Amino acid sequence: MTKSFAGVRALRGVDLDVRPAEVHCILGQNGAGKSTLIKTLAGVHRPDAGEIRWDGAIVDIPDPDAGLALGIATMYQELDVVDGLTVAENIFLGHELSRGGFTRRGEAARRTRELLRRLGHGSLSPHAEVGQLSAANKQIVAMARALSHEVKLIIMDEPSAVLDSHEVQNLFGVVRELTAAGIAVVYITHRLEEIRQIGDRITVLKDGRTTATGLPVADTPTPDLIRLMTGRDVANVFPPSSPPAADAPVVLDVRDLSLRDVFEDVSFQVRAGEVVGLAGLVGSGRSEILETVYGARRATSGTVTVADRPLRRGSVVDAVAAGVGLSPEERKSQGLVLDEPIAMNVTLPSMSRFSRGGFLDFRGERAAAREQIEALELRPADPDRPARTLSGGNQQKILLARWLVHGTRVLLLDEPTRGVDVGARAEIYALIRRLAAEGNAVVVVSSEIEEVIGLADTVLVVAEGRILSTLPSSEIDEHGVLDLVMKGTAA
Amino acid sequence: MSEQTTAGADTPLTSTDAPPTTSTVTVEDAPLWRRILSGSVGRNMGLVLALLVLVIVGAASAPDTFLGLSNIMVILRQASIVGVISIGMTLVIIAGGIDLSVGSVLGLASVVGALAAVQDLADQTHWIVMVIVALAVGVFAGFLNGIVIAYGNVVAFMATLAMLVGARGFAEILANRRTLQVGGQREFITFMNLDILGVDMLIWIFLVVSVLGWVLLNRTTFGRRTVAIGGNREAARLAGINVKRHVMYLYAISGLCAGIAGVMILGRTTAGASVNGQLLELDAIAAVVVGGTLLIGGRGTVTGTVFGVLIFATLTNVFVQNNMSSSVQAVAKGVIIVIAVLLQQRFARPAGRTS
Repeated sequence: MTKSFAGVRALRGVDLDVRPAEVHCILGQNGAGKSTLIKTLAGVHRPDAGEIRWDGAIVDIPDPDAGLALGIATMYQELDVVDGLTVAENIFLGHELSRGGFTRRGEAARRTRELLRRLGHGSLSPHAEVGQLSAANKQIVAMARALSHEVKLIIMDEPSAVLDSHEVQNLFGVVRELTAAGIAVVYITHRLEEIRQIGDRITVLKDGRTTATGLPVADTPTPDLIRLMTGRDVANVFPPSSPPAADAPVVLDVRDLSLRDVFEDVSFQVRAGEVVGLAGLVGSGRSEILETVYGARRATSGTVTVADRPLRRGSVVDAVAAGVGLSPEERKSQGLVLDEPIAMNVTLPSMSRFSRGGFLDFRGERAAAREQIEALELRPADPDRPARTLSGGNQQKILLARWLVHGTRVLLLDEPTRGVDVGARAEIYALIRRLAAEGNAVVVVSSEIEEVIGLADTVLVVAEGRILSTLPSSEIDEHGVLDLVMKGTAA
Repeated sequence: MSEQTTAGADTPLTSTDAPPTTSTVTVEDAPLWRRILSGSVGRNMGLVLALLVLVIVGAASAPDTFLGLSNIMVILRQASIVGVISIGMTLVIIAGGIDLSVGSVLGLASVVGALAAVQDLADQTHWIVMVIVALAVGVFAGFLNGIVIAYGNVVAFMATLAMLVGARGFAEILANRRTLQVGGQREFITFMNLDILGVDMLIWIFLVVSVLGWVLLNRTTFGRRTVAIGGNREAARLAGINVKRHVMYLYAISGLCAGIAGVMILGRTTAGASVNGQLLELDAIAAVVVGGTLLIGGRGTVTGTVFGVLIFATLTNVFVQNNMSSSVQAVAKGVIIVIAVLLQQRFARPAGRTS
């Protein structure tokens, strides 16, 4: 069983070969192309170049059904189960057992029980409503669904992301049974310790390429894996940091901020001109902390103070009025009105300034937008262009321009370079530095640890909703952060 | 072109599934005919054509009467009441909402207004009191809708459906199933039937409300926020816009429009009745959607809505002129809605997709 590709858009040369009855782990940071790779294997995307071989023969997988027909089943990260249906209905969704148009509920229930028993979860009722199940049990349902087809390969996209450690062990038990039955498993994760436990071989992805393929787990030391995952050659693009003067005033003061079940007792301070970075894995609570500081989520306790002014809990309006700006994690769904022009997106928070008596001053607005387009070298340089038609990097510039026009004291930047190509990244890094130099207190969240360290003056390491450490960026490196996170998570 | 940076701007419609790479063909790159089509004329081209076809059919089938000035006034008068409601509905739908209650609120406003007019005191008070009372009823009902939707997080469809049922019932209780004559308010009736420059008061009201609606949507921060909320509610919220308050105001505006329409009915029929305005919400929604406003929000025009209203009013008139039953008319309406929406989608294709 061999698969190799080259050059899907988000993937630029990926080689992967999976053998029967092995657990093949795919390791990579966010944005490395893991999800794109599995979607290509499942038939959601088609490769632009390269080939996929299945049992020695070149195959074309035009759609997910074709993937299933070959024997490739996929369990996506966002569990695609239907909450309103029962366990049995979910498992046979799309290939219901029927006779003359009537579903065979009894037969479906019987085969569901069989599948669940095989997965070691015979106690789960086929008639339970999936919406009532825990995340772990939903995953079992998704797995049973995969097994209800004649599969030879199951792809699992970060199956442990939603599980606690006990449930992860159960999952591993199931995975071992699958391989014992001759089924190959492609296991995607960014947790190194899981690979040690379950993996046979590893393929490492970075920036859409394989940096190593088919490494035997047992013979590969962890530092090598971290290097393969991270060793990026963009280190020199970070502009020199200029730490704020020791007597710079504290602009943002977050005290004992908590959001129930997400993070607890988060406290930190950011001075004028300082860039603070939050480093941590997906699910650590990084983005939620930022959104809560901004008021987009209502804190259960704690205070946020901006330049001695306490912010009203859960009020974005109040935060913006106090001079706080957020560039959200999901640029398209949270940041931009995509069908509207650049100019409108730039002036969205400050449109009352571009109006007289409620009537919009189009000339003033466009002039302000043009000024930012020039200053940030936004391309295309046309304020009337809908935001949708711009590249990721230029869309990000719109969001930064928005707060430049509005004028802020505190800037919260969530994943400012996600989906931005390397060239534009350097520009955005420089812009963030400039914003800090102009006296802003800047907080940056990124899943790329190197970026956090490269940009920030101070790094906060976050894991499981707690701040583990606060260090000057000069005293910590990527390995150090990963080390802290792994230890913190294991504890 | 500076006025076109706002709602439903001169940018090509881009469907949400179109990847950015395919929509990079800009208006400027496109040939002249495509620029015209995607400009303000083009966006309403389907509507203009539909109206034209109806006019031709009308003129051909009833050559003696259809194109007469008096018949055109009949059509416009017919359009005016549902038209006023449709303007408020346009704003609500652009923001991603829906208001099913407008017909009932119109009925309630007409009943309460009429009650105010037939009180003993009414002889001594100016008729404007009755008008203000009716408008206040509309605004109040709208605020109630808005509060339940924005702050109670109830789906707009359900909240306004509840108001549709409740307001109608309340109007029945108040009216006690009677028809309340306001014929005694001579000055009011005279005013509402004034003829200025050969045009009815009702038509003037429709015109004024349409212009105000257009200005509100295209020239003010309020309109801009409405489009932003409909286009991406979360982005609007995270940009510091008070989305909940804004949504509440939008339903109040829709309620105000229903109140205005209630006053118009009072003036036209000289009677407040709880049955006034039944099913008008559906006519209004149909007119708005046929006018090119997206039901999912984010895009729409007042001009399109006015066209939508005129198309339906003309259709009705053509049928009346030819003595055809209202049942046949209803079937034709249904067909027109489907065809118009299909045509809209065709015309709304972004330039980049076809080239």
